[in-house]
Amino acid sequence: MAFRVLVGVKRVIDYAVKVRVKPDKSGVVTDGVKHSMNPFCEIALEEAVRLKEKSLASEVIAVSCGPQQCQEVIRTALAIGADRGIHVEVPANDELGPLQVSKVFAALVKKEDVGLVLLGKQAIDDDCNQTGQMIAGLLDWSQGTFVSEMTVEGETLKVVREVDGGLETVRLKLPSVITADLRLNEPRYATLPNIMKAKKKRLDVLKIKDLGVELSPRFQVLSIDEPPQREAGVTVESTADLVKKLKEIGKI
Amino acid sequence: MTNRDKSKSSSARRVGSDLDFKYKWHPDLEMNSLSLAKARSVAACLLRCARHMHAAYSVSDLPETHYMLRQTCRDFADKELVPIAGRLDREHCYPAQQIKMMGQLGLMAVSVPEKYGGTGLDNLAYAIAMEEISRGCASAGVIMSANNSLYLGPVAKYGNESQKEEWITPFCDGLKVGCFALSEPGNGSDAGAASTTAQLDGDSWVLNGTKAWITNAWEASATVIFATTDKALKHKGISAFLVPMPSNGLSLGKKEDKLGIRASSTANLIFEDCRIPRQNLLGEAGMGFKIAMQTLDAGRIGIAAQALGISQAALDCALDYAERRMAFGKSLTKLQAIQFKLADMALALESARLLTWKAAMTKDNGRTYTKEAAMAKLAASEAATYISHQAIQVLGGMGYVAEMPAERHYRDARITEIYEGTSEIQRLVIAGSVVKEHGEK
Repeated sequence: MAFRVLVGVKRVIDYAVKVRVKPDKSGVVTDGVKHSMNPFCEIALEEAVRLKEKSLASEVIAVSCGPQQCQEVIRTALAIGADRGIHVEVPANDELGPLQVSKVFAALVKKEDVGLVLLGKQAIDDDCNQTGQMIAGLLDWSQGTFVSEMTVEGETLKVVREVDGGLETVRLKLPSVITADLRLNEPRYATLPNIMKAKKKRLDVLKIKDLGVELSPRFQVLSIDEPPQREAGVTVESTADLVKKLKEIGKI
Repeated sequence: MTNRDKSKSSSARRVGSDLDFKYKWHPDLEMNSLSLAKARSVAACLLRCARHMHAAYSVSDLPETHYMLRQTCRDFADKELVPIAGRLDREHCYPAQQIKMMGQLGLMAVSVPEKYGGTGLDNLAYAIAMEEISRGCASAGVIMSANNSLYLGPVAKYGNESQKEEWITPFCDGLKVGCFALSEPGNGSDAGAASTTAQLDGDSWVLNGTKAWITNAWEASATVIFATTDKALKHKGISAFLVPMPSNGLSLGKKEDKLGIRASSTANLIFEDCRIPRQNLLGEAGMGFKIAMQTLDAGRIGIAAQALGISQAALDCALDYAERRMAFGKSLTKLQAIQFKLADMALALESARLLTWKAAMTKDNGRTYTKEAAMAKLAASEAATYISHQAIQVLGGMGYVAEMPAERHYRDARITEIYEGTSEIQRLVIAGSVVKEHGEK
């Protein structure tokens, strides 16, 4: 009983890029900046492709929400092994938060008859770590977050979660939402022949309104700031000096 | 919106799938000043003739598939090659594991048709992949180049069906590599003066002679070798053969201790009454010189791309250092003497890259590309020498010590001006072509 897997692939500023804040503090500079697939999404995708290879998944669908350029990320997902892609088009200026994306996914799950949603635990741009949990909530599905190991056992999933202070093993009833942690697997490289084949795979473009999702934001970003510059430290001669200094600045 | 996006949202979408992939129009910077409507009509016009033209206007940006391929190769090089390139160079260590991975990615037989186990991509894809791999490790680049251009290239072009199955398919996955034996101790650029001989004896060819400077010699499982079958006909009496390695009567010379590309092996192949089956003749008897020259034409695009990779690595190294290094109270990038160097380096690199892409595209379009390939190789290899030289200058003392990769790039760059036709030979080829073109006007 193979199920259909929906994988979220978010387009984010590449992890190697030094992010700069716009002068008006309204956001970060994205023009002309290298973007790529969120690394945790790559891990989720790899896991989905492995499920397909083990014939546990019937089809892997890669989904990305955002502007036109998201299709590049979907193409990469198709080259890595997703069967088809869905691009939910949202103009670049419209704010998409975890809640809006979760609603899109929940709508797609119903539309596509999905049995498992696989996502990264968080995106490296906003670090929200909310989308997986929200989708499970909206669908009233079981959820396994921060997953570092997962096995399908009949109608259930056995997952190992990376929690504070150790590992937690839980059994989930399918259908389910899984979010991938760093150690779940090591994503493969797309091979050159598969990059070519990705060009021929289906990529549907949907408008967010087609899915009946409203883009009304629930919160407003007031300002985005650079982290404060680290100031030079002071070298102390002895422990006694250290204690004295700490007392002076009122830390002890 | 970036240029790439703009081209996607304009008329590029309307064209058929193969055209969409291969000849998607990418406006260059000047196009920014045009109105979108005008750009669209220009795009539509260009696209109409795009099937037949694949020229310089479209080299300012890459088609989407090539862009993705570049990213993949870049990621692979950053993760798998950059961290070990220094050690491979120091220890003269053949990167067997990495070559195997490159085989799995489809990098060891980029232009070989899929039905023989290759990747079936065009020469532009090959040039792009080669640059990225060589940026990570120039030795991995030359191993890849020798297998792709020098070994598989001539077999794919001149081999018969059964030769293709036997000599191509096992060499596509990175587990086996091939080599190409043309130069001899007594002749390099003057390939027509080959003294290695092949004589027909019953159903066998008997090879005698020594081939020199053979890349991949120690690891290769087969070689394309050139030998004289009829001395009287001079270069028209040279034929090409396929020889399995190891073979009786074929021994390897010592591994040369080289200035650069030290993770690849270079050695002599010594043939002493080496018998190979009669059907191992590649092409027809007497076609050897033509096969060799055409192979080198194609190979030059690969070497140009390798030189681009070395140049990019050297430039990145210089930029990285210049940003962090403080002098006179500011970073080196704020000093005009260094800025000028960086500008000249970037200019030389980008010019050579455009020539290389143009040569690859000209070949992909099925046109004569001898001149373009020679120009690309000459420009890129001289750029690599210049850029890696200047990179050391930017780093100063740090450039001269093995702690930083700048000195390795400098050593690796040097060979690109020598193998597969020296800079001097490239100038002869270019001059020959332009004089001929002028005469035809």
